[in-house]
Amino acid sequence: MKYIDEFREPELISRTSEEIRRLADPARHYRMMEVCGGHTHAIYRFGLKDLLPSNIELVHGPGCPVCVLPMGRIDDGLSMAAHPDVIFTAFGDMMRVPGTQGSPLEHKARGADIRIVYSPADALKLARNNPSKHVMFFAIGFETTAPSTALTLMRAKAEGIRNFSVFCNHVTIIPAIRAILDSPDMRIDAFIGPGHVSTVIGCRPYEWIARHENKPIVVSGFEPLDVLQSVAMLLRQLQHGEAKVENQYRRVVPWDGNKAALKAMAQVFTLRSYFEWRGMGFISQSALALNEDFADWDAERRFEIPGIRVTDPKAAQCGEVLKGVLKPAQCKLFGNECTPERPVGALMVSSEGSCAAYYQYEHRKHALVSIPA
Amino acid sequence: MCLAIPGKIVELSASDPHRALVDVVGVRRGVDISLVEPDGIAPGDWVLIHVGFAMSKIREDEAQDQLRMLTALGEAEAAMQEAQGYSSDDADPQPEERPSP
Repeated sequence: MKYIDEFREPELISRTSEEIRRLADPARHYRMMEVCGGHTHAIYRFGLKDLLPSNIELVHGPGCPVCVLPMGRIDDGLSMAAHPDVIFTAFGDMMRVPGTQGSPLEHKARGADIRIVYSPADALKLARNNPSKHVMFFAIGFETTAPSTALTLMRAKAEGIRNFSVFCNHVTIIPAIRAILDSPDMRIDAFIGPGHVSTVIGCRPYEWIARHENKPIVVSGFEPLDVLQSVAMLLRQLQHGEAKVENQYRRVVPWDGNKAALKAMAQVFTLRSYFEWRGMGFISQSALALNEDFADWDAERRFEIPGIRVTDPKAAQCGEVLKGVLKPAQCKLFGNECTPERPVGALMVSSEGSCAAYYQYEHRKHALVSIPA
Repeated sequence: MCLAIPGKIVELSASDPHRALVDVVGVRRGVDISLVEPDGIAPGDWVLIHVGFAMSKIREDEAQDQLRMLTALGEAEAAMQEAQGYSSDDADPQPEERPSP
């Protein structure tokens, strides 16, 4: 509770929390999935579970881009770093994600030219300033990040920068939600929709969830009050037997998304017929590749890539956690073999991964409580 | 990964219509504004920045909320590091010596 005080309208937070208790039918158990890893992080950080009645269960979804990338793609990306003329660039989040021969950081320690960039535009700048090298950008992310990669590629093409390529691992959120709804072991009553993805795609792409799957979805902001209001909005819909798309995060998310961003994506990318997600298997039309117009900047066409599927370590249950079937602490490796310091799976690497978030805020709390005085 | 960092437009770039100098908690960095241009962008406006690109125009009080949020999530430092990591418009990006967030 103490963190809540730092936020705007703490009184409104307790009122919303009370309203949620009134709205929730004590005879029912509600499972609500927050799709986005940013929400997962916020929910643990602010202890929002403590503000909800025990029959509302928040299930963590697949919206952490680092977490859903299968190990084989990391190996594929790192295979390019083995070329002596290649500068491998990626966001900092990628650096500690394990591949079969170690993480990018470990490859760097062994001599590969691997650099953190904070923007794809900076990877392009590196190419511009190092004409004798080839700069490969390892692109990851949902629709939040994909437009930035698209604009960077358009610029590379316009400027005729040929020593630059993108290893495209951009994924799309809608097919992942569909896969979760189709999964026989999942039972979700309602969705807390992603915030920043929706600034790009808007709210319309979620309409089928309401119309055809009969599940309410509320696009939500990240503050404690935002998440609580979204839960209350979902409960109201469930109570009235409704299923519609609502936008709680109107101050940032326009209903129709960002047209300039969608246009840039359409100009550069094409949908892959299928793509492998960690723990969820192959999902059709769930990822982006560069289209023919940008073939010259496509790392997958410019380099020979092993393309080998790598299965996750057997004991790790990343897939079940990613789908929300298991809670992080129910995985056999959690907290002993797999920790943020020595992660076995990617969910333990990123602060948006549910294992890392659970470890940081819940696990330590329990560990402290269990030590006898 | 999905950090959205608030920043205030200081000036539009004279040489590149798609870039602007943005103040991110005291650090001035070049940011791409292509995605918010249709909203009309002028010095003094606040934007949410993701990986060096302004994603949406927001109000100043919302920008302050977002900063408090990043601080509470323990991500203010990562956000600052990200903002400082954006290369300034004349220099070669050299952020690779920083520790991974």
